[in-house]
Order: sequence, then C-alpha cells, then structure tokens
Amino acid sequence: MNLTLKVWRQQDAQQPGRMVDYPVAGIIPDMSFLEMLDVVNEGLIAKGEEPIAFDSDCREGICGTCSLVINGRAHGGQKGTTACQLHMRHFQDGDTITVEPWRARAFPVLRDLVTDRGAFDRIIQAGGFVSVNTGGTPDANALPIAKVDSDLAMDAAACIGCGACVAACKNASAMLFVAAKVSHLSLLPQGQVERERRVSAMVAQMDAEGFGNCTVTGSCEAACPKEISLNFIARLNREYGVALLKGVN
Amino acid sequence: MNLDSKIPAGPLAAKWDKHKFDMKLVNPANKRKFDVIVVGSGLAGASAAATMAELGYRVKCFCFQDSPRRAHSIAAQGGINAAKSYQNDGDSVYRLFYDTIKGGDFRAREANVYRLAQVSVNIIDQCVAQGVPFAREYGGLLSNRSFGGAQVSRTFYARGQTGQQLLLGAYQALSRQIGHGAVKMFPRTEMVDVVVIDGLAKGIVARDLVTGELSTHAADAVVLATGGYGNVFFLSTNAKGCNVTATWRAYKKGAVFANPCYTQIHPTCIPVSGDHQSKLTLMSESLRNDGRVWVPKQKGDKRSSDQVPEADRDYFLERKYPSFGNLAPRDISSRAAKEVCDEGRGVGPGGLGVYLDFADAIKRLGEDTVRERYGNLFDMYEKITGENAYRAPMRIYPAVHYTMGGSWVDYNLMSSLPGMFVIGEANFSDHGANRLGASALMQGLADGYFILPYTIGNYFASTKQSKPNVNHPEFKKALESAQAMTKKLLSIQGKRTVTSFHRELGKVMWEKCGMARTAQSLQEALKRIPELREEFWQNVKVTGENNSLNQDLEAAGRVADFLEFGELLCRDALMREESCGGHFRVEHQHPDGEAKRDDDNFAFVGAWEYQGPDKTPLLNKEPLVYDEVHMSTRSYK
Repeated sequence: MNLTLKVWRQQDAQQPGRMVDYPVAGIIPDMSFLEMLDVVNEGLIAKGEEPIAFDSDCREGICGTCSLVINGRAHGGQKGTTACQLHMRHFQDGDTITVEPWRARAFPVLRDLVTDRGAFDRIIQAGGFVSVNTGGTPDANALPIAKVDSDLAMDAAACIGCGACVAACKNASAMLFVAAKVSHLSLLPQGQVERERRVSAMVAQMDAEGFGNCTVTGSCEAACPKEISLNFIARLNREYGVALLKGVN
Repeated sequence: MNLDSKIPAGPLAAKWDKHKFDMKLVNPANKRKFDVIVVGSGLAGASAAATMAELGYRVKCFCFQDSPRRAHSIAAQGGINAAKSYQNDGDSVYRLFYDTIKGGDFRAREANVYRLAQVSVNIIDQCVAQGVPFAREYGGLLSNRSFGGAQVSRTFYARGQTGQQLLLGAYQALSRQIGHGAVKMFPRTEMVDVVVIDGLAKGIVARDLVTGELSTHAADAVVLATGGYGNVFFLSTNAKGCNVTATWRAYKKGAVFANPCYTQIHPTCIPVSGDHQSKLTLMSESLRNDGRVWVPKQKGDKRSSDQVPEADRDYFLERKYPSFGNLAPRDISSRAAKEVCDEGRGVGPGGLGVYLDFADAIKRLGEDTVRERYGNLFDMYEKITGENAYRAPMRIYPAVHYTMGGSWVDYNLMSSLPGMFVIGEANFSDHGANRLGASALMQGLADGYFILPYTIGNYFASTKQSKPNVNHPEFKKALESAQAMTKKLLSIQGKRTVTSFHRELGKVMWEKCGMARTAQSLQEALKRIPELREEFWQNVKVTGENNSLNQDLEAAGRVADFLEFGELLCRDALMREESCGGHFRVEHQHPDGEAKRDDDNFAFVGAWEYQGPDKTPLLNKEPLVYDEVHMSTRSYK
C-alpha cells in the first residue's frame, strides 16, 4: 500500500506546530497503525530527520498509552479499538490519512503526537480510591456482593484512562472518565463510606483542570475503546446531585 | 562473594512468623526520617510505594510511562492464585507452595515460596477491600477458575483483565498517598544509575524524559520494581518500553544477577506476520481447554486447513502427551510446536505457526457456547489477523512472555548491594526455572504489600545509617557518567538505526538461545553479540538532542544495555548443562525428548557478579537445599 500521511509536528509545548506531509510506501495490510508509523520513523531516522514522537506501550489495547486522532476520530473510529489494535487492512491503497494528537486544553502537547494527561492522575488522586491501608482487612468472602452489581462495577472499571473521551468531545469534557471511576466505586459496598466525598472531590478537580462541560452528545461513548456506557455519566450526575443535597463538598 | 540467603531457622511453616517477630522495628515517629526510592509502578512498585507511605516513610516513586497506571502488569489476563480454599477442594498453603516449587522444576528457594503461598491469602482480602471487582457467583461470593499446573481451583479473576484491575487497585492506593503528599511521583522519568556510597545504595540518577534533564535523588534505600527482561528478544509479549536498564545498571554497581537463562516461552501467541512486527500478542492459555492443536503430517503441505483430511493431520500434543493432551504445560507445548515447525510442517506465512482448531468444539458445543467462553479472544484474534476463527482454525506460535531470572535477593528481598531491594518480576526469587500461570500477579503484590514493607524496616533499624546527601561526590560522578553516555550515543551518528540493532539482537537470541539451546548455538551467540555491540557503538544513528523529548535516545540507552545483558543470558545458558523448566538444552534430554534435569550438579542458583567492562563475570552459586519436598521428575505423559 502507498499512502500519504499528514502528521502534526510540534517541537515542544511552547512552540507552534503544523501539519507535515509524508509519502509512505510499502505498507502491508497486516501491519498495525503504530507499526506503520514505526516504518515511517525508521525511514526518517535513516534520512537523519527526527522521528515522529508518539506514545505507545503495551500495543495490545489495555495500557491506554496510545493516543492518536486518526482522520479526525480518536483511535481511528473503529468500534471498541485502540489505535495500537487498528490495522492497515482497514485503509485503502492511495489513502491520505491525517494523524493528530489528543486536542484538549487540559492535555497540553509535549511534542508531536505526545500529550500530557497528568490531569487524569490528579483527578484520581483527589478521591478516586477507597481509603484502606494495607493489612487488617476482613476476609474477602465476608462481604458478599451481588453479581449484577459486581459485573456493572467491572463494566465501569474497564476504563483504560486513555483520554479518547476527552479528545472526541467538542467540549473536551472528562465526564466519561470521571463517571467510570465514580460508578465503579459507588456501585460496590467498599465505596459507600466515602461515596459523597469522593464524587465531590473528583468533580472539583476535574473542573480545576480545565476540562469542558458535558452536553451529553455521546461522542465519548462512541470513541471509547472499552465501550464504557454513557449511562455512567447519568450515574455520576446522580451521585453528584446527592452529594450536593447532603451538603458534601 | 558470599551469597547469604538469610533464610530464618526453624520449621518451614513457622519461618516467616518468627522472622517478622525477630525483625527490628522503626518506631512510627522515626519512620518519617527515612527516604525510600521506588523505581517502577507496576503491581510490585505501586503496592510497595503505597504501603510504605502508609507506614510513614517518605517515598519517591519513578516510572517511565506517562502515568503509574500504565505499567505492564496491566496486560495480565488470566488471574491471581491464592490458597483461600474457598472451593472446598483440598487446597492449602502447603499445596500452593508445593505446586509452585514443582512447577518451577525445583529451582526455587523453599522458604521464599512457602512465604509467598502464605501471604497469597492476604492479597485477595486486601484487593477486595480496595474495591477490585473480582468475578463473583450469584450468591455474592468470589468465583475461582483453575489454571495450568494445579489440580485445584484457586485462581481469582476479573474477566480477562485481572492484571488491569489489580494494578488499578494498587494505583489507587498509590494515588491516595500522592494526593496526601506522602509519595512524590515522577512519571516519564527513567532511572539511569544507582548511586553507591561506602558500599550502600544511597540514591539514583534519573532522566526526565520530557526535558532530558538529569537529576539526583538521595535515599536511605532504593527499591527496584522494574519488571522483566523479555524484550532482549525484541519480539515478546512485553510492552514496547519494558527494559533491563535498572537491574542491569545495578548489576554493574554490585547487585549480582541470578539465573538469566530462565525465560518463559508462552505457547499460545499470535504468530509473527512480517519483518515489521513490533511485538507479539498473547492469547489466553484457556483456549487450549477446547481447541485442538495440529499440523499437517506431510512436510510442505500447502493445502488450506479445510482441504487437509483428518487422516493427514497430526494432533501432536494429543499424540505425545495422551494424559494431558492439549493442556500440557507451557514449556512442553511450546517446544513441541517448535519441533513440528522445524520439521517443515508449520503453517501460515513463513511456516512458523500451528493450528488451534475449534471445529470439534463448535460441533460438540455449538458456536454460541464457544462464543460465550472465548468470544473476546476470537474478536482480538480477528482484530489482529483479520481472520474469523469460527470458520478456520487459529494459527498460534510460542513467544517470550516472562522472565524468571533477575536480580539476586535474599529472604528479605535485598540484593547483594546492601540498601537496594528488588521486588516483583525484577528479582529471581520465587518461580525457579518456570512460572505457573496466575503466579506473577501473586508474587508482585506479595512482595509489595506484605513482605518488603516489613523487611525494609529491619534494614533501617539494624544498619548504622549515615544520612544520604546528593552533594556527595559519588552523586556527581554518577551524574557525569550518565551525561557522558548520552553524549556518546548522540555523537556517533552512524548508519544503522537503534531498532535495527535491537531486531538483530533479538533474532540472535531467539535462534541461538530461544526454546532449545545447544552448546554450539550458544557459543555462536556469544561470538555474535559482542560483535554487534561493537558495531552499535561505532555505527548507531541516534537523532535529535538530549534536551527534549527524544524517544530515539531513550531506546538507544535501553538497547545498549540489552546488547550487554544478552551476552550474560547466553553465558548462563551455556553454563547450565542441564534442562529444567524454561531452559532446554538439546544435549540434555531423555530418549523420548523430555527435559533432563541434573540435580547432582545444578541444584543451585547461578548468580553472576560484574567484574568490569569486557571482563568475564564471576559465577557465584547459592545451593538449593530442600528440607520439605522431594525433588521429583515432572511428567505429563
């Protein structure tokens, strides 16, 4: 396959970036999208040019590191698929493909396609946990949990924290990410003690980080590689409302 | 060097309890006077950093990923073992201990493994309290599945994402401490050297991967939780960033490296599709419950799978291991697949693959049942290969998955460099020559939550400590040497890319020191690797600068270490004139092709001591003494 790539290049957070065209030849349909970029980078290095910086690690769709907007869609728009699991057989010979970083004020570009998603970590640090120290916990089976609740909590906990929801949202809202963690813990008995305090602290941190508001367009759910449901945002709103009514903030 | 394992005296079952009582404590008010550095934020690192911060120590934690939540523990699929015996099926701490020792082919330390089995029980309690959503039965209690190498059901799981959920549990505990200011987190920061003052590890030099800035950090103890070295083979199921740099640079500062030749090759991975391949993907071992493994009987048979009649198929695992069949252990299944491919009977492009066929299972159970059991795996297979495994058999091939070797540690998880502790996959201690499924997560969390936080206190309380200080000349020296290495890498400006060296090294390692090793192949590797290393330092091309985000430079430093480490791995494999677990020497097999262990001469831990650049390292032996178990031969026929 022969392709034309239009890639966002940006030296660092301070300098402005721009789209640069790269003709690419000899791509095999069995390559993953990131392997295609590896090939491009090997060619650039051989020519003495700096390779395109992009984040990736596990390359099997679970670590949440890869973060590319491909042809305007976070992770390339294939249902339930991260960019690392997207393969070139879904493109046509002769295609022009645009590749950009996540676009959001809260995720500043560090270089080329690499962004700083530290805001997500800080939201978890604000309250996305159960406050138990190591040791002295009761026997695991001392606390029966209904399978339906546990399964639903797991649906939410499957979030990989990649940030596609933010990248896909016209408001760059982080609601789906926050909703997933709030729901995971509020659905389980272990999370009850800190339930109101948690949602209140996490939402406050989310706002402080500069993410936009949610207008429920659902583009986050469509882009989510783990197909986290929009229903969790409804749950987050309910949790937040209850916390407000109880005067927790 | 005298490798003192410091195993406590007394009966096996009482050792850990007695040791916990005998160890000295640091009083709560004094804990805040001690600084601890944790490198790595996977299961072991995150759990250790969180727990030590809870105790009151001042902790700094470093990871090269952009967030501690992304460490490669996250990719573990199957589950975590624990001797809870919730299933009433005869499990016990002793049985988990025995299965692990036997699974490790009698090359692990008894006392460590027993302790692992003991604390496994606490791990599950801890994780549930954190809110880890383990699978449950309708009655609300925890569900278990069984795994290879065990006859009981003791594996706890969270769908096919157990590693992810356990890591997020540890990450949340760590995040809580970061939020409290008890842990200072350094993401996108890589350790480049450990600093030794008067024979004690007293800090590290780290590189900020965004700005390129080198910084020095002093501490009373350094903990490495930096994972395994599988990427020395270039292609493995490890994440792209996994590397040996931390334990390797510590090795050069005095932390001896044990059993590097023990590498685990997992039989069910998606085969290589071409030279562009950047990593390999594991398909859960559970597929072998219903899939049948076969290749054509005739070599060079190019017919598509549906055109090969039953009579022309060789179900080689069922043929060779009738009692275990398609569920033979990992090392044995992998080797059998390699054999048939070496005979020219492999399938798919390049002939490096065997079929894993579900046609019988679909006929017997119906497609819906198969989809229910393995649907997500079939989907993943289709994503990667573009093939529908309900219609045609999957193609699989073994791939490097886990490394049992690592930094040598004593019973307290301290390396031979005092003040430096090594936990999780990065150490060598618990899996012997072969790890059982669902035991990696168990070990990482055992070390981090329940062992290191005790033993590190004993080290502080019993060692005369001088307060570390980054103004010490040793810090300056380590900083300068790190600067010099970066400068050197950027100045070579040769013709070959870093990746091309890494690929070639990986090819040498896989072909000469992979699933089957011979004295000759190892000697060839030992000749080729130094040549390749020499060429690397003459002819590598690293683009860009030091003072910015430079992924090419990051990779260059890691590959430089792999080029040295690969040689040690081969040297260890050549030294170990026996076959055991993940280490198979062709010269040492029974007439039926099974591994032949040599307990008379090789029941020891081989720990290599650095002697200086281009000098042959020194082999130290820690004898393995079995007081409780009888060393038997593993048989799966």
